[in-house]
Amino acid sequence: MSEAPRVALFVTCLVDLFRPSVGFAAVKLMQDAGCTVEVPEAQTCCGQPAYNSGDRKDTIAIAKQVIAAFEGYDYVVAPSGSCAGMIMKHYPELFENDPAWAARAEDLSSRTHELVSFLADVLKIEHVDAAFDGTVTYHDSCSGLRELGIHDQPRKLLTDIDGLHLRELPDANVCCGFGGTFCVKYPDISNRMVSNKADLIVETGAETLLAGDMGCLMNMAGKLQRNGANVRVRHVAEVLAGMSDIPAIGEAPGDGVKS
Amino acid sequence: MKVSTTRNFKANAAEQLANETLRAALTKSKGHFTDSRAIAAENLPEFEDLRDQSRDIKDHTIENLDFYLEAYEARVKESGGHVHWARTAEDARNIVLEICKSVDAKAVNKGKSMISEECAINEMLEENGIRAVETDLGEYIIQLRGETPSHIIAPAVHLTKGQVEESFRANHTHLDPDRILEEPPTLLDEARTILRQKYFEAEVGMTGANLLVAETGSSIIVTNEGNGDLSQLIPKVHIVLASIEKIVPTLEDAATILRVLARSATGQEFSSYTTVSTGPKREGDPDGPEEYHVILLDNGRTDMIGTEFQEMLRCIRCGACMNHCPVYQSVGGHAYGWVYPGPMGSVLSPGLLGVDEAGHLPNASTFCGRCEEVCPVRIPLPKLMRNWREQEFEKHLSPGAVRVGLGLWSFFARHPKLYQLATGIQMRVLARAGRARGRLSSVPLAKGWTKYRDLPAPEGRTFQSRWKSGERPQ
Repeated sequence: MSEAPRVALFVTCLVDLFRPSVGFAAVKLMQDAGCTVEVPEAQTCCGQPAYNSGDRKDTIAIAKQVIAAFEGYDYVVAPSGSCAGMIMKHYPELFENDPAWAARAEDLSSRTHELVSFLADVLKIEHVDAAFDGTVTYHDSCSGLRELGIHDQPRKLLTDIDGLHLRELPDANVCCGFGGTFCVKYPDISNRMVSNKADLIVETGAETLLAGDMGCLMNMAGKLQRNGANVRVRHVAEVLAGMSDIPAIGEAPGDGVKS
Repeated sequence: MKVSTTRNFKANAAEQLANETLRAALTKSKGHFTDSRAIAAENLPEFEDLRDQSRDIKDHTIENLDFYLEAYEARVKESGGHVHWARTAEDARNIVLEICKSVDAKAVNKGKSMISEECAINEMLEENGIRAVETDLGEYIIQLRGETPSHIIAPAVHLTKGQVEESFRANHTHLDPDRILEEPPTLLDEARTILRQKYFEAEVGMTGANLLVAETGSSIIVTNEGNGDLSQLIPKVHIVLASIEKIVPTLEDAATILRVLARSATGQEFSSYTTVSTGPKREGDPDGPEEYHVILLDNGRTDMIGTEFQEMLRCIRCGACMNHCPVYQSVGGHAYGWVYPGPMGSVLSPGLLGVDEAGHLPNASTFCGRCEEVCPVRIPLPKLMRNWREQEFEKHLSPGAVRVGLGLWSFFARHPKLYQLATGIQMRVLARAGRARGRLSSVPLAKGWTKYRDLPAPEGRTFQSRWKSGERPQ
């Protein structure tokens, strides 16, 4: 493409509401890579809460809205494997019996990417302009890993950062227990899962935990903090964009890692 | 049919989560199953192709189920065996009882069978004064303890070896109370010695079937203890109790599926014993049963054909989905409240029991996708669980509070301007409440979350409102 690719940011509801910094980090990373980034106004959520609760009618209504809002862009990028997976893998399934919308859903699906895989696989970025001093560990969010095959991309970009050491998390591919509405519908089971995860994170000795999905991050951060664990939690985009000076997830300005 | 307590899944799960012994047992087994399967899959270059082939074999067979079942029936009869069709679990129980009565059976030796669990055969036998002897070590242990299997291939996986020792000492009272019984081999030897005697006491041997072969009229079982062979060869009568979807067209097809079965289940290349049975003892055969009966169970399976759940009938009962399921590994198999636990059970149980009874099961999943990733016949388990959720939602079976909350959320999600206004206000309130610590320990309407974890506070204004005001990254 000779001109700058025109990218629409699908910011995702959790980033929009809880952690706008991740949205700005995503914009920065894509602009630094030569993209023109826009944020379509008519976006709310990808519809997963309805979809996974069995409410197909509302899911279809929301999906149609997203499809319409994101038409005409070269790419649509989301800082979440889960929301990108919803658009890429599940939207086309929703319209199996509606050829006109199915074609539009397929078209959106083919233009949509999760942020880190967009940087690494589409834009072929091998190096980001960021600095970081410390040891991190990385949790693979389920949808990103298993629906979209995101595994090596964040690790390659992270380990290329000067001063950053990556220590692998045992069972990094095992669910953290978030699961959208699952964590509030089955809190006891979710708690066991996130407790196991928190223990493994602490055992790595890493000071920072990274992942690519806000849902999982809020779940793990909330548990680590409830346990009084000494681990900071960030979205991988914050580190890649060199924004590691902002307070970590669930921390107030001025909070540091307790020693 | 076996009594179900799946309605109480939440309470069952809470009870199991509080069980520290269960936790110790599950922690010990988990890594063993998952690591072994991964190594076995990696060591076989054609493993992924074999999964595709196995899927295709099962799909083809289910599409032509009537044809293959009738062909199978004809071959069994040719080999001198009998075929009985059981539409329901009750039919199956009656047929088993009739056969037992015909030879005045006092005892039935049993190879491991989940269909026998589904039909509650042991309970029926006991009610009729016939002793059921489970010969699989795991099944034997839980029978001593009066428990049900918590896993489809490792029925006693919920127990520690200390608990097994306890049960043996309590039940094998004729043995020296001071004997050493701490290590698994000593437990195994003791069980083997006791079971060896029982093999010669039963008039009837009963097994399930991992596969039924239409081409030859054979049934195939795989075991690691050889107990199935002894159960079916020594007694006068051999009953095979199998569900109809176990059928495959040819021995070649069976061989393909066997190559993925053990690898997916235990990580073995092949089980220690693969036993093919075709009809009763023939003239000149040194051993074998005098009568060979096959009971083909439907029990709701044909109702799944032609529906969005048909793919579930591909299942070959390897247990890989539960070995890899973080929910199963947290709560154990008994929490599911019926015969089939884990992801395969969460799809199958609503099909056999009804979604109004078993609706919790397909909901209790994070859709993490590990089950589908390892399923040897590529059943899209999360998708099928979602199908059940859709049926529940359409039948208005989901809880009222969930429906109201979801309806409200959907309304806002479909109206971006209102959504941005409402969420903008909410986030500012939450951000203010959490400003001092950056997180909240208790939030009204979010107790399910804050009971166990803090809620990270929002940063403040939403991304969309900041972007609209012209803010851009530095």
